[in-house]
Amino acid sequence: MTHSSPYHIYPCGDHALTISFGEKVDIDINEKVIQLFHFLQGAPIAGVLDIIPAYSTITIVYDLIILKKKNPARSVYQSMYAEIKKAVEQITGSYMSQNRLIKIPVCYDLSVAPDLVSLAEQHHLTIDEVIQLHAGKTYRVFMIGFLPGFSYMGTVDEKIATPRKSKPRTLVPAGSVGIAGEQTGIYPFDSPGGWQLIGQTPVAMFSAYRETPCYLQPGDEVQFYPITLSEFENYTNA
Amino acid sequence: MSILITRNGLLDTIQDGGRYGYQHLGINPGGVMDKAAMQIANALVGNDPKEAVIEMHFPAAEMVFEKTTLIALCGANFSATINGEEIALMQPLLIREGSVLMFGKKQRGARIYLAVQGGFIADEWLQSKSTHLKVKAGGFAGKPLLKKHRIFLQRAPLLSILHPDHSFEILPWKAKVSDLYGSTRLRFIAGEEYQLLDDISKQKLIDLSFTIGRDSDRMGYRLQADPLQLSSHKEMISTAVALGTIQLLPDGQLIVLMADHQTTGGYPRVGHIISADIPTLAQLSAGETFSLEIIDINKAETILYEQEMNLQQLQNACNFRLQEYLK
Repeated sequence: MTHSSPYHIYPCGDHALTISFGEKVDIDINEKVIQLFHFLQGAPIAGVLDIIPAYSTITIVYDLIILKKKNPARSVYQSMYAEIKKAVEQITGSYMSQNRLIKIPVCYDLSVAPDLVSLAEQHHLTIDEVIQLHAGKTYRVFMIGFLPGFSYMGTVDEKIATPRKSKPRTLVPAGSVGIAGEQTGIYPFDSPGGWQLIGQTPVAMFSAYRETPCYLQPGDEVQFYPITLSEFENYTNA
Repeated sequence: MSILITRNGLLDTIQDGGRYGYQHLGINPGGVMDKAAMQIANALVGNDPKEAVIEMHFPAAEMVFEKTTLIALCGANFSATINGEEIALMQPLLIREGSVLMFGKKQRGARIYLAVQGGFIADEWLQSKSTHLKVKAGGFAGKPLLKKHRIFLQRAPLLSILHPDHSFEILPWKAKVSDLYGSTRLRFIAGEEYQLLDDISKQKLIDLSFTIGRDSDRMGYRLQADPLQLSSHKEMISTAVALGTIQLLPDGQLIVLMADHQTTGGYPRVGHIISADIPTLAQLSAGETFSLEIIDINKAETILYEQEMNLQQLQNACNFRLQEYLK
């Protein structure tokens, strides 16, 4: 992770650009992304509306109209490209992200885990083995996307990695914990979705009026611990 | 100073220019689908261009103005009437208290915008009044407007020139926007995966006529046409997407991301509709067709700049006329 790590910048529409550090799910690359995200948040570039980190990319959304008005003859994309390039080259390898460790209770009771049986059968595992594998690992929050507060975590043990359902559900309840490929995640809202549902957490992943609306943020480390159905229900009703 | 909804519309929400600065939390910007219509409607009543307006789909709500109000309707034409009398779009209208706004037939466009002088009183969430239906925040308690909902206005109109026999007065100036929605040839710039399309698909992209599918909404427009394909498979991982991004779905069909788009996606991005053409697209409905033309990003910037200059000129003219009128 030196400043010379390769990157590629490209337009993401006429009012946004993306910088990519490689197209893979990789902790070092993701660290670089989060480092640049914090750097850009701390040194705002005029006209930038949004800075969106993902697995291996950062996308900068800017106010094209405001920037174009400043200098109509100049390419806004080219100036933004230069600004981002400068920022990338300023960040150094000395960055150590302050990763939080967050423990999240998950109820793996079959009544809230509609895909647990089929997932276990598919991998020739018992239900308890699936639970132990899922709750036995520390995951990294790579990014937030899809829905407000939906965190993409990984990677799950390959023994339980499972593709998305071929036919997505029209309604996945908020709090559902799912697996998609090597990713695991929690639905913050009732929503349509195709992840394999193996449990549910009573913890609200997103609260609109909390100072930080999202419970998790990129770079966080997450551990799941099993709770019983009655603990789940009491937690929910607390 | 309020408006009372007396009959439900299909989907009527309070929206403004959008909620930016929170996409890293997965919070999509939302806001109006047709920003030009919002700007024009606001200009006609003397508001800030991004003041919150009511965005209505067809069939649109029926409502009563409980106080005399200066309004403007822009965007689609749903045959608006006040107390049964036809009224003009793109003009400021002073509506007498107790009057009923109704809509008849859908003539053109997909979304109509109602601006009131001074703006609506609406919930602000993360610096925007736009209604976020998923989070249930912003606008009218995060909800679509329904029968019996009462929306309050920030202030009374600054003029009271109504003739006692009239239920409304049309102020004598009109916004001309003929160049805005005229074309059904939309321009796009190449996306990161454009080069992966096979040659036939690249040609199809600019030759085909794309039909807007039934399952199109504020999140995205699903297009129907002869399927396209990539010349080589690319393993995609999720990355941010933007308003106007054209994604290639596994079945070869395209989807264009609109105001309520997800913040990230994992489908190949073959292109991005330019910002200046989003209003035109936002006024197309399911079953309607358009074609695509590829341009470079510099041209896209210039086109948006020119459109903005026109809108600003219009805004200045409207402000001037309104000031003169109030003298």
